[in-house]
Amino acid sequence: MSPAWAEAFRLVFDPYNIVVMFAASLFGLFVGAVPGLTATMATALLVPVTFFMAPIPAIAAIVTATAMAIFSGDIPGCLLRMPGTPASAAYTDEAYAMTKKGLAETALGAGLVFSAVGGLFGTAVLMVSAPALAEFALKFSSFEYFWLVLMGLTCAVFISTDRPLKGLVTLFLGLLIAGVGLNNPAAFPRFTFGNTDLLGGIGLIPLMIGMFAVSEIIRYAVSDDGEALIVDRPIGNVFKGMWALAVKYPKQILRGSALGTLIGALPGAGADIAAWMSYAMSKKLSKEPEKFGTGHVEGIVESGSANNSALAGAWIPALVFGIPGDSITAIVIGVLYMKNMNPGPTLFTTNPQNIYSVYLLFIVANLLMLPLGWLCIKVAKRILKVPRDILMPVILMFCIVGAFAINNSAFDVLVMLVAGVVAWILEENGFPIAPLILGVVLGGMLEENFVSSMIKSNGDPLAFLARPIAATLGALTIAVWFWPLVRRRLARRATSAP
Amino acid sequence: MKLDDALWGALLALVGGVILWHVQAFPRIPGQNVGPALFPGIVAAALVVCGAVLIASGVRARRRAAGRGRWIELPAWLGSRPHAIAFAALVAVNVFYLVAVDRLGFVVTSFVCLAALMAALRVRVPVALAVALVMTLAIHWAFYKLLRVPLPWGVLQGIAW
Repeated sequence: MSPAWAEAFRLVFDPYNIVVMFAASLFGLFVGAVPGLTATMATALLVPVTFFMAPIPAIAAIVTATAMAIFSGDIPGCLLRMPGTPASAAYTDEAYAMTKKGLAETALGAGLVFSAVGGLFGTAVLMVSAPALAEFALKFSSFEYFWLVLMGLTCAVFISTDRPLKGLVTLFLGLLIAGVGLNNPAAFPRFTFGNTDLLGGIGLIPLMIGMFAVSEIIRYAVSDDGEALIVDRPIGNVFKGMWALAVKYPKQILRGSALGTLIGALPGAGADIAAWMSYAMSKKLSKEPEKFGTGHVEGIVESGSANNSALAGAWIPALVFGIPGDSITAIVIGVLYMKNMNPGPTLFTTNPQNIYSVYLLFIVANLLMLPLGWLCIKVAKRILKVPRDILMPVILMFCIVGAFAINNSAFDVLVMLVAGVVAWILEENGFPIAPLILGVVLGGMLEENFVSSMIKSNGDPLAFLARPIAATLGALTIAVWFWPLVRRRLARRATSAP
Repeated sequence: MKLDDALWGALLALVGGVILWHVQAFPRIPGQNVGPALFPGIVAAALVVCGAVLIASGVRARRRAAGRGRWIELPAWLGSRPHAIAFAALVAVNVFYLVAVDRLGFVVTSFVCLAALMAALRVRVPVALAVALVMTLAIHWAFYKLLRVPLPWGVLQGIAW
């Protein structure tokens, strides 16, 4: 074993790290199992705490908590018909139908076992593809990075939203928010209006806590979903029959995991979209599509593995290029910068033990999911009875203290509140939040690479397409922009000429 | 609160326009064609374009609906007292925290915020008070003692623990 791998093992199996992973698991399982609290929110709430940890435990906490939360989101979906996280929404009706047929064990077991399988598959892809991509990315100049970031933002707008125009709007708002402060190539204070708190820019973490946690609390306060009735029946052995399922649906597991990893790796689209797409695909390609929706396990097997594999997939572009694959890794990138583990291809050459540790963390987290997930299912009824009228105010106080703790600044608490209200209003009006977050995270990188490319090329736009890789990335990006127009034209032609 | 797409378009175009106008005052860098105004300028211009398209599509949608759609749709929860109270309390609690935390200190402010918000969500008062006290002390212990975040003591400075 190479010394870097040995070091990675030492870092991951350090007693402190193991304790952190256990605590984060319980936290993640709880957050995922309570409807209205999401995996992204779990990450945002964890950041202020990880801020005080060494790099590997900090990453460990996030990796474990998110993996657990995406699984445990299946539990209330199955027992209450309320998805615990958006990533479980795709197959909530199916799982609930299974519960009504008396198959709750199979639905929960499939969610648990194939979540772990999908997570491990995504990790394997991460381990193989990330170093290869990093080697490739070492040759990139500002031109390639410019197109890469632009392509990432484009994907976020066109793939992850049903109304690209509204996605574009929030993307531009995000890019403008990223422009606040001194952090621009000319180091000129922009949009600060003489306010010294704004000189350093708008803090990413308070913004995220606001947009992903406070907005959910507001939504809860004005919504009507009271405490629902829990299916009151003891839950038996959830692992029974799982091997038979794995033998019956190997293709579905592979397909779900592969699609999930791919969707995860595409910027802006995460576990929830992976689950929707893979459920739809499962139904389309199934031999018995008529059974879908009536309590049929096939779709749960496929999309359950897809949403967890998406989690690992999202780390591929995040680690290699610093481009987040979903909103969780958008927060992770902020954490990596705070921990001096700046994402990029050099991360793989200078400190390989850190990268190997991330791989190991994913493997351990997904294996840990089996016993702890089983435990969580056992106590699920109790978790689901926690009154959310008490929980939500406590979470709000955590948000406030967490936002304050990053810089010990009351201004950040204000940023959090404003971000929460704005995100809530935007989502109420059909404007998606993910492109905004990506805009904020990537705005600085986009501008920096744009400006240095412009300076290198003396303002000649053709230089952006002069290098072969840059030209390919550029052509792809522009193709995605015009695809909706082309498709509409094709559709029109198809209808006018029958 | 839901606004008609055309109103959103107008609002966004206005924001983009103001930013475009604002960045004109940014300094130019001699001998270079890219300054601090270029990038936000491009983004703001793009925002104006998006705003215009939204106005157009909003107007088209209204024409299709024969003007039946409302410009501003107030949310249903505003009519429901408990929801309106919960929303108001949520914002009020945040503002109160910001204003009061330095003077009153974290422990007092957090206790008041938690108890008030839970009461607004119709948790029974004794429960609200008890949970507020326990959670305030727990959060204070976790962040002040374990993570060493300098949460202000305020009026409790004399008996700081």
